[in-house]
Amino acid sequence: MINLETPRKFRPFVKQAHQVAEEFLRANSRKYDRAEHAYPKELDLLASLVDGMGDSGQSAGAGAAGVRRDDDEAAGSKKVKNGTNMSSVLSIIEMCWADVGLLLSMPRQGLGNSAIASVANEEQLERFKGTWASMAITEPSFGSDSAAITTTAVKDGDAYVLNGEKIFVTAGERSDSVVVWATLDKSLGRAAIKSFLVTKDLPGIRVERLEHKLGIRSSDTAVIVLDNCRVPAENLLGNPEIDTKQGFAGAMATFDNTRPLVAGMAVGCARAALEDTRTLLEEAGVVIDYDRPVQSQSYAAATFIAMEADWEAALLLTLEAAWLADNRKPNSMQASMAKAKAGRVGNDITLRCVELAGTLGYSENELIEKWSRDSKILDIFEGTQQIQQLIIARRLLNLTSSELR
Amino acid sequence: MATRRDPMGLGLAVLNRIASSPTIDKLKLRRTTERAVYEGAKGGFRVAGATTRAFKSAKGGGKPKRLARTSDSGVFDLEPTEDQQMIVGVVKEFAAEVLRPGAIDAEAADDTPKEVLTQTGEFGLTLLNIPESLGGLSEDRSAITGVLVAEALAEGDMGQAVACLAPAAVATAISLWGSDAQQQTYLPAFAGDDVPTSALAVAEPRALFDPFELQTTAVRNDGGYVLNGVKSAVVRGQEAELFVVAVDVEGSGPTLVLLESSTPGVTIEADPSMGLRAAGLSRLILEDVQIPAEAVLGAGAADDYRECIRLSRLAWAGLALGTARAVLDYVSEYVKTRSAFGEPIAHRQAVAFMVANIAIELEGMRLVTLKAASRAEQGLDFSREVALARRLASEYGMKIGTDGVQLLGGHGFVKEHPVERWYRDLRAVGLMEGAVLV
Repeated sequence: MINLETPRKFRPFVKQAHQVAEEFLRANSRKYDRAEHAYPKELDLLASLVDGMGDSGQSAGAGAAGVRRDDDEAAGSKKVKNGTNMSSVLSIIEMCWADVGLLLSMPRQGLGNSAIASVANEEQLERFKGTWASMAITEPSFGSDSAAITTTAVKDGDAYVLNGEKIFVTAGERSDSVVVWATLDKSLGRAAIKSFLVTKDLPGIRVERLEHKLGIRSSDTAVIVLDNCRVPAENLLGNPEIDTKQGFAGAMATFDNTRPLVAGMAVGCARAALEDTRTLLEEAGVVIDYDRPVQSQSYAAATFIAMEADWEAALLLTLEAAWLADNRKPNSMQASMAKAKAGRVGNDITLRCVELAGTLGYSENELIEKWSRDSKILDIFEGTQQIQQLIIARRLLNLTSSELR
Repeated sequence: MATRRDPMGLGLAVLNRIASSPTIDKLKLRRTTERAVYEGAKGGFRVAGATTRAFKSAKGGGKPKRLARTSDSGVFDLEPTEDQQMIVGVVKEFAAEVLRPGAIDAEAADDTPKEVLTQTGEFGLTLLNIPESLGGLSEDRSAITGVLVAEALAEGDMGQAVACLAPAAVATAISLWGSDAQQQTYLPAFAGDDVPTSALAVAEPRALFDPFELQTTAVRNDGGYVLNGVKSAVVRGQEAELFVVAVDVEGSGPTLVLLESSTPGVTIEADPSMGLRAAGLSRLILEDVQIPAEAVLGAGAADDYRECIRLSRLAWAGLALGTARAVLDYVSEYVKTRSAFGEPIAHRQAVAFMVANIAIELEGMRLVTLKAASRAEQGLDFSREVALARRLASEYGMKIGTDGVQLLGGHGFVKEHPVERWYRDLRAVGLMEGAVLV
């Protein structure tokens, strides 16, 4: 039966997540936007709280690891399920309503943790429990074209030796470990690309420098160098064999799971801007009436309704992608749709909110200007707008990557 | 009190109606030559309102029958019920087999063939929101089913879809807001074999029309009310026997009144428009039309009127989904077969990304529309969601329409392909008020 309300069983949890987000993240938002690269120590306490909630079951399975698909559970069951993909997205929306950069700095909730949850085997899952893992894919010579990886992994006895330079590693300095993408054999193309969990205590991995950024300044973005770094062979995530038939599919599976999370970040951030802008507009005497035709309302009211409409579409596309994942249905295209729509409208909405709020919106007295800077990255990382469109178009039109390049 | 159908019951009831339909085997569309009689009345001629049947006024006085709200399942779910899948399956097939192939002729005729209207009547489309105890099919409110049916019909042809749904709008209005006497007077006819042609007339022909500031007035006198004004976008007005008209009652704001077409002072004028030609859009001109006090629909409550406007916009959003889907499927096929510079144009990002964006926006507007419908039938406030669905359907529906033509280039501009018709039909969505209801 069609119903698009927040699942009843998650409502108390969402409320709780919202309160936590307000107390721990929103309250420190401006502080760490100004103090770029300073460690947000308040998050240590919060992370322990989150771990505790997770262990006691109060967190509804939400978190970076909530994207794992347990095949045995609910498989074959006809009952519709609202599971951890949904609760993770709902939780991220609340956290990013408060602050995207601080969400990205949550200990033990890195994108690497989502990657581990997506592709690690049971033994690895147990062994890597409790680690804070960041994700290292991009290199100076490529961005979207992740098949162009030049970082190498060479088998040497019971270890792989990694060499290369990784950039744009979110939480790269603060994390305990890094999921590094490297190629076993460049001549074999995509199929030879594997991911490795590289713990920071290993010799040969170092943080080279931190970036200064447009937004999400409270999140550290690192350059990481791997210089003859020996990684235990059992830290290769997934299947070590090079299966040229399967190609990139294994590695890319992570993205089907993480794109709805990033879409959720954009949805949360844009909601913050909409809420504050609405308050400012109402203080300025603007009346937003959902029943009157927008054509006869003020420009500000009509714009606000238009933004809200795009926001709602982004929210529901995000929930759809998570719902499909929870119910073991393919969601690759919907995950990309969610990411594409949420990424672009999140950016558009926050920028338009600045415009509507005038110099008040532009000033650091309000957080609206910050959200308009933070939102830009959400239309870029985990696959740019254009990459999402490529994925969607290929699926819709049934074209290969050599036909639609 | 009738027994309540279980979830499968409604679908089976609809299927049964279809199976026993006398026209099921002879679904043929009216050919150009067969409509000569009809055409004389079109294109600017004014005619008096149709006079075909007298509705026998019933006493009433009891409590009107109301459809129950559906309950909140508490689970986020995008899967239609088996019941809905069954109904939508049938309607989709009908849309593909009958509405789509007949769209060109229907447009040329400025009307929807009688057989098509009869057929949808036999499906029971008008019955979905009439309580079972009054000859309808359901005890529960089903705005979602309404949206899914509108979507499925419009995937075939929006103009004919509007014509088919117009009587259902009037039946739904009487069912949702009518008094006991009004329900007993009119609803049996809608549940019968010969569904009365009827229209919900809300819009008025002027720029920046606002359904909450009407210029069509109802002034109280000894006999009830005197109506004056002009309504537009009245579906198949020349054929209509019964109207539900939005009027401004002096002192108490906008409300709905029932008006039989044979009432003196009622004039219909054809109002052919850029699209929706098959819906036979007309103007309803009211000059000192006397109606009895009991013609006010139900209690004439402001909340009822507000709900009517919202449900109508929801239906238009549903229609946009179907036509937009038709565009997406059509252009997806076209860009893969059309070659330029030595390869299919689908291989170019500039083309492929337009198709991707059509799919993204369509899915987004579909989800928001379904959310609004689901809130409506659960009895939750859905004013916000309807406003958002309408905005998306208007903005992206039109964008999809114009991109559909663009992707076919010059070929999209000529009538060899249906995209130019979809372009004209999709323009209606953001500006229409009334006419259809879910």
